[in-house]
Amino acid sequence: MAATFSPPRLLPSGDSAITVEYSRSIDDDANQSVLALDRALTDAAIDGVTESVPTYRSLLVHYDPGKIGYEALGERLLALAGQPAPPTAKTRRWRVPVAYGGEHGVDLEDVAKALGTTPDDIVARHVAGDYRVAMIGFTPGWSYLSGLEKSLQMSRRQNPRLLTPAGTIAIGGIQTGIQCLAGPSGWHLLGRTAVRTYQLHRNPIFLTEPGDRVTFFAVDHKTFAEQDRAAEAGEIIAEQVAS
Amino acid sequence: MSRLLVVSIGPASSVQDGGRPGSQRYGLTPSGAMDRLALAAANCLVGNELFAAGIEIGPFGASFTARDGAVRVAISGAPRNADVGGRSVALESSVTLKDGETLTLGFARGGAFSYLAIEGAIKGEAVFGSLAVNARAGLGSPYPRPLQAGDEFSVDAASGAPERRIELPKAAHGPIRVVLGPQDDEFDEANKALFLNSDWKISATSDRMGYRLEGPVIKHLHGHNIVSDGTVNGSIQLPGNGAPIVLMMDRGTSGGYPKIATVVTSDFGRFAQTSAGTPFRFKAISMAEAQDEARKFAKLLHSLPDRLRSTDTVALNIEALQDANVAGHAVNAVDAATWHGHAEP
Repeated sequence: MAATFSPPRLLPSGDSAITVEYSRSIDDDANQSVLALDRALTDAAIDGVTESVPTYRSLLVHYDPGKIGYEALGERLLALAGQPAPPTAKTRRWRVPVAYGGEHGVDLEDVAKALGTTPDDIVARHVAGDYRVAMIGFTPGWSYLSGLEKSLQMSRRQNPRLLTPAGTIAIGGIQTGIQCLAGPSGWHLLGRTAVRTYQLHRNPIFLTEPGDRVTFFAVDHKTFAEQDRAAEAGEIIAEQVAS
Repeated sequence: MSRLLVVSIGPASSVQDGGRPGSQRYGLTPSGAMDRLALAAANCLVGNELFAAGIEIGPFGASFTARDGAVRVAISGAPRNADVGGRSVALESSVTLKDGETLTLGFARGGAFSYLAIEGAIKGEAVFGSLAVNARAGLGSPYPRPLQAGDEFSVDAASGAPERRIELPKAAHGPIRVVLGPQDDEFDEANKALFLNSDWKISATSDRMGYRLEGPVIKHLHGHNIVSDGTVNGSIQLPGNGAPIVLMMDRGTSGGYPKIATVVTSDFGRFAQTSAGTPFRFKAISMAEAQDEARKFAKLLHSLPDRLRSTDTVALNIEALQDANVAGHAVNAVDAATWHGHAEP
């Protein structure tokens, strides 16, 4: 928490949700405040609140207007935001294997060229990062990570690809991420992981949560293929390490 | 057990129920029926829970055949012709298909989605308490994809309960009501006024994820990129081209375009039923009014069982008769499919 408390803005998202906005930019302090308010809200168990969705910079709180009104819930949220943050549940740390380059990371060479270095150096910098799951959004398991080092930050592709593979590890703007399902993306593809952050009929169905820490390590393409088969059979693949 | 066979069905038809809220923080959108009132009314008619799984049928026609016994069903939602073996069937009423009989539904007339509820509900393996199809996430049961001809459901044999019809409130017309925000400050007053005072049409490229609107170009104050932020059903996003997209049941759980306003809960189903090409307007209302309407809507949903009537007594639709007099042509006031619009409070 910052030393001086600046209250978040309350914004109406229709008649059944409130956006609690801490910042308009991607901001690690704001994200910590969002996750702290999310924990406080869970602890407070306010009647009528149905679920909350943390993002980089805001907490979206869904509620039932039959149980609590906008003004009353807004006051409760501001009060919770003004209190000291409840302690973080034990941080989980994941080590995620990535097969970099080649067919699995079709943009690695171009990224290296654009940044005036070699593919190996890009990989070395990417695996050196210590990332935090800032939010999960858009599609199941899509984990947006903060903590990308400045030298790897670059703007998104001019033309987004309509289809990128499941398990894609990519960089875009000041972020990196794990894209679980195949889908469109304007980010630069560095590699692929066999880790499924979302997998139906596996326990747990969702692997990562906002606030988790993530580091990557490189594996060769043969290892990826083996891991991918094991993951398909329901293995988690990502290593959970003590933090 | 009886079976219900999908003989023919158009695109954009799938099993839907009340959806699976609760996992949006993991990127999983709730999905569920586009018109909750219509699904609930159909379920009510066959004695199911209000948000039990039924078949959401897109604008095109469809037909279903009962096998291995009788099947009791009800149809609600977009007006369309319905018949069983050539005999016309009223919407918003239940009907029992004898073994081998086929229910045939025509194209939607002035609406988008109809709901077929089956006595005993659709059976399948629920994930997060829901059978709703979310094709992108590979979820839904018994088929995790849009329905196609040849699909088949194992269903309860018809109980022989008397047939029912349901009296829904008179169809609402007028603008689709919205609450401004959360990012209405990304637009100046002139562009907000343009958004609220223009005629819009839903583009043919719309789907369960989002309805794209055609109309004037709405200009942003500071560009069209915001840092990704949470979305709700009815969020009205404005991408770079200035053409609004209203996020629907299969929306992404976050999005990076400014959201000028949100369709209110009580009007969402009516909005979802707007046919492509039909002009409509938005109207901004206060939060207090929107929440009052949301509470009334919830009350209506829960009062549906009180609105059930026996099909023995036929009520005439006075409004349809009066409209017919003005227009100077005959209308079947007993057939709900000929009524104007879709009933909402």
